[in-house]
Amino acid sequence: MANEVCFRNMDQDRPWLLEHYRSRGGYEVLTKILREKIQPESIVNEVKASGLRGRGGAGFPTGLKWSFISRNAPGQKYVVCNSDEGEPGTFKDRDVLRYNPHQLIEGMVIAGYAIGATCGYNYIRGEFWEPYERFEAALEEARAAGFLGKDLLGSGFDFELYSHLGAGAYICGEETALLESIEGKKGQPRYKPPFPAHFGLYGRPTIINNTESLASIPVILEKGGEWFKQLGVENSGGSKLFSISGNIKNPGVFEIPLGTPFAELLEMAGGMKDGSKLKAVIPGGSSAPILPGDVMMQLTMDYDAIAKAGSMLGSGAVIVLDDSNCMVKVLERMSYFYHEESCGQCTPCREGTGWLYRVVKRIETGRGRPQDLALLDDMTTKIAGRTICALGDAAAMPVQGMLRHFRDEFEYHIKHKRCMVG
Amino acid sequence: MSDDQMVTIEVDGRELQAKAGTLLIEATDAAGINIPRFCYHKKLSVAANCRMCLVEIAKVPKPMPACATPVTAGMQVFTRSPLALAAQKGTMEFLLINHPLDCPICDQGGECELQDIALGYGNDASRFVEGKRVVQDHNIGPLIATDLTRCIHCTRCVRFGAEIAGIRELGALGRGEHMEIGTFIEKSVDSELSGNIIDICPVGSLTSKPFRYSARAWELVQHKGIAPHDSVGSNLNLHVRRNQVMRIHPRDNEALNECWISDRDRFSYEGLYSDDRLIRPLLKKNDNWLEVDWQDALEAAAQGLKKARGTSGNRLAALLSPSATLEELYLAQKLMRGLGSENIDFRLRQGDFRGQEPEYPWLGQAIAELENLNAALLIGSNIRKEQPILGHRLRKAALEGAQICFLNSLELDLNYGAMQLVNSPAGMISDLAAVAKALGASGGMIESAEVGDRHRQIAEHLSSAARAAVLLGNLAAAHPDYSLIQALASAIAEKSGAVIGYLPEAANSVGARLSGALPGTGGNNAAEMLANPHKGYLLLGVEPGLDVWNPGKAMETLAQAEFVVALSAFRSHSLEQVADAILPIASFAETSGTYVNAQGDWQSFTGAITPAGEARPAWKVLRVLGNLLNVAGFDQMSTEEVLAEVRQLAGDRKPSSNAVDRPINEPTLKASGLLRVGDVPIYAVDPLVRRAASLQKTRDAITAAAGLNPNEAERVGLSNGAKVLVKQENGSAELRILIDPAVPDGCVRIPAGLAGTEKLGGQIGNVTLEKA
Repeated sequence: MANEVCFRNMDQDRPWLLEHYRSRGGYEVLTKILREKIQPESIVNEVKASGLRGRGGAGFPTGLKWSFISRNAPGQKYVVCNSDEGEPGTFKDRDVLRYNPHQLIEGMVIAGYAIGATCGYNYIRGEFWEPYERFEAALEEARAAGFLGKDLLGSGFDFELYSHLGAGAYICGEETALLESIEGKKGQPRYKPPFPAHFGLYGRPTIINNTESLASIPVILEKGGEWFKQLGVENSGGSKLFSISGNIKNPGVFEIPLGTPFAELLEMAGGMKDGSKLKAVIPGGSSAPILPGDVMMQLTMDYDAIAKAGSMLGSGAVIVLDDSNCMVKVLERMSYFYHEESCGQCTPCREGTGWLYRVVKRIETGRGRPQDLALLDDMTTKIAGRTICALGDAAAMPVQGMLRHFRDEFEYHIKHKRCMVG
Repeated sequence: MSDDQMVTIEVDGRELQAKAGTLLIEATDAAGINIPRFCYHKKLSVAANCRMCLVEIAKVPKPMPACATPVTAGMQVFTRSPLALAAQKGTMEFLLINHPLDCPICDQGGECELQDIALGYGNDASRFVEGKRVVQDHNIGPLIATDLTRCIHCTRCVRFGAEIAGIRELGALGRGEHMEIGTFIEKSVDSELSGNIIDICPVGSLTSKPFRYSARAWELVQHKGIAPHDSVGSNLNLHVRRNQVMRIHPRDNEALNECWISDRDRFSYEGLYSDDRLIRPLLKKNDNWLEVDWQDALEAAAQGLKKARGTSGNRLAALLSPSATLEELYLAQKLMRGLGSENIDFRLRQGDFRGQEPEYPWLGQAIAELENLNAALLIGSNIRKEQPILGHRLRKAALEGAQICFLNSLELDLNYGAMQLVNSPAGMISDLAAVAKALGASGGMIESAEVGDRHRQIAEHLSSAARAAVLLGNLAAAHPDYSLIQALASAIAEKSGAVIGYLPEAANSVGARLSGALPGTGGNNAAEMLANPHKGYLLLGVEPGLDVWNPGKAMETLAQAEFVVALSAFRSHSLEQVADAILPIASFAETSGTYVNAQGDWQSFTGAITPAGEARPAWKVLRVLGNLLNVAGFDQMSTEEVLAEVRQLAGDRKPSSNAVDRPINEPTLKASGLLRVGDVPIYAVDPLVRRAASLQKTRDAITAAAGLNPNEAERVGLSNGAKVLVKQENGSAELRILIDPAVPDGCVRIPAGLAGTEKLGGQIGNVTLEKA
């Protein structure tokens, strides 16, 4: 049941090469679409039918996003791929770029065809040098084979695709900050509305999707939306890449159907490291609220199940923590990240992320005060939902999650000026 | 839904009508409902970053920024509900945690938006116990002081630079709480509108450097004023403490300056307090200047003029500053006419007086209309530096797609895309003739003009535009063939359907014509007065070495006169060389009066402070001189009474720039040898601004040099920094060569109005360079 979509070619030697991709049916969907001049609407409908939800973390239905663009509006439109994979714990898109770049290219060309765009950009995280080189090489191959450029396969449809290497800012993973960055400006999220579908790259209608989402498109169209949907469960169609890391034996990326029990995923990753006991799991990247291990062991890996438990499936970055971890220390590391990565535009996030970090750090270093936990509780409510983008929420949620499930460790730290564990 | 459709919304239980799509904050502002804000500014793009204006909107779970939320029919808004207040107070707490709260030593204290709003939304004690952020300040020039630790990152200054000033000099560098406002590479902020960021900064992060630490806001008394340096007539607020102008702010006037003023208008008040200020009357005795009392000075002045006049008023002449008030100009000309002289002129920088000029030349349109132009041809104008606020209006038109074309003898540093035709002063005439020919005009030299692509393009832009204007600037007026330029411009305007307009040089260039400050029948104009020596001269607000078209000639002629009486607010080297009596007069802000601006508005103002020392308002000095010389009609008790007389004289003349019959002559200026291009730099235009200390430290405050383009410099064998002797007419000046690619071939740029150029000839004319 695993490795049927983005990782369908993972068993091959050097799967990133065009010939290997084609040997598994690569570019056949695109060829069919171009040869048979398939109606763009039917492509959008198929994606809608697949139940594919944005794999970057927000989980917005991809087909619905595509349908916001009016295909016949005059002027340039763009397809943008968000490969600025920066959420701590997430490293799945990197493997798509490294091992299956052609499937992403094919997905992007199809997306362009579906919305009437002739130009695309793949925004790749600044630190991803090897994936960037792989992707660039794949672009060359695709161009040479006539899958990119003018008049693709004699269809009259043009599509050019460029990669754009970021410069190391987490905030550029926010879609409008990413667009600003491509435009050569400082990466800061735009106020929305207008959404990118109406005012996107260079002010033109733009769809912007995650790497995994776009790379799923060729397989969805080849095997049908319904097939994809059936891989998963209600409201969580398809399979998904999970990057699992932490105190486990075999960290890595696994493609599994949505709805797979967490316990199975943990087992695939070799289980806990020897002698360690599962304490907690961050199920969807560092901004997802943490959940206690025993809660996680009862859950399946799909959008609804994780949401019901008070967290998010997010980008599918599963961080597994054993009982050697001090939760105050863990939160300090995470809060430091958001403090460093806030773009600084909105007051609550610019000032609040630094304040959160400093209070947590104070507690961690034994200088906490009894009233600090109430202060943290209160501060998070004044950051979340008060900013232009979701970074404020992302900084607040881990604090809220920690204080919900592990408040006793924080209280212990304040009282005894040292960790409860270790 | 059409944009003009009105919708009804409800704010705090009150029903409001607003245009659909209006931003909520605009609707509440119009209704007088106050929503706190920092980043929002009515003239800037929406940033929605400060999060202070968050309000609750029914059916929306999260509080929404009023500055970025368009109103929709039936929208229910709560600006002070528990959700809204919690959001606003939350933001305020975050704003204050890293703010230094150094209000007692902050210049913004007492007029600070953060301070004001903190009173309503802040707490009395902070929950923040960590160390506060400290930010290193930058030296961004002589006008603006930075205290970046106080910055709340609203980015108004950044957006002002990008959107209004038109140069991105400031940016928000760094991420998160490391974000800082700065120039990236350490440099000064040089926009001619830069001072406005002091006003729009909601905290004390950007403050006025000249004003710094000199007064508290609550000590200042505000007086209305009108800007004295260009023809916009920008409305000002003068802030006075104990009879001293401490600083100047813009006063909103949407029709003129909106909410901005130029740096020149903001900081020139410093000139009032320069060491050069003349505070007692001076008489020359045996080549020495003696301070005397007013009685002696006035009697000596009257006697001197009377003696010089002898039996004929024609022996007297008057050169009057176009920066003087209507009332001063009126009384000066009345005095001269009372003494029988028709030799009166204010056109001190005009290069050509042939032909007949319009009676009441003006901008040709309202100032606000400039931004609605679709095309414009500016002849001999550096509008951005000469009339910065008009430049801003024109830039708005350009950003909306207007085709702006410049024909000039210097390549301009513009902040928008425009076509620039750069040619020598002689070549400018041929270019104009070619544009006229491309439009189908004929006659005179137009016939022989060679039409090129660029001329055709300009012609096409002007004739295809719904609204087009041909505008004549300062360098056009200084051209030895100004009459020809006017004739050609009229032909171009007529053939293309464009409006013809003038960009008047000084605050009262338009008013001077209405006050009678022009030669009468048989009288000499400004050039003739200097070409034909007279026995006696009256100078009003003029430094002869710096404020006239041909200073060398002026110095020579005035030195020969029997008696020169000058009314001046300042001691002046060139004045003291030629005058016999100098009477100290009130300067800007010290007298009441009236200016008529480029669109024909008569704007009267009162004095904000009493004149320095023993200086007196010039209108009073002239009045007494009239009495002493027994001229009738000098009994006015106030400027209002004088103004009433001016109104009578001006009658019901309506502004009109339309051409009076003007022949298209052959040009007098020939393209042979090296031609001087003598523009007047932005901070050299009048005696007051030349003495404004801080403005004189800016990058725009240049010193005299001989500018050559690299080719020309190579041709004449001179390198950058080389000392040269510039010879023009009977005078010369030792200057350094400045390699300047903006200067066209065959030309040397030697600006006028700068120290070191006093002995040179006309602003445009032949010069020779010799290695010194």
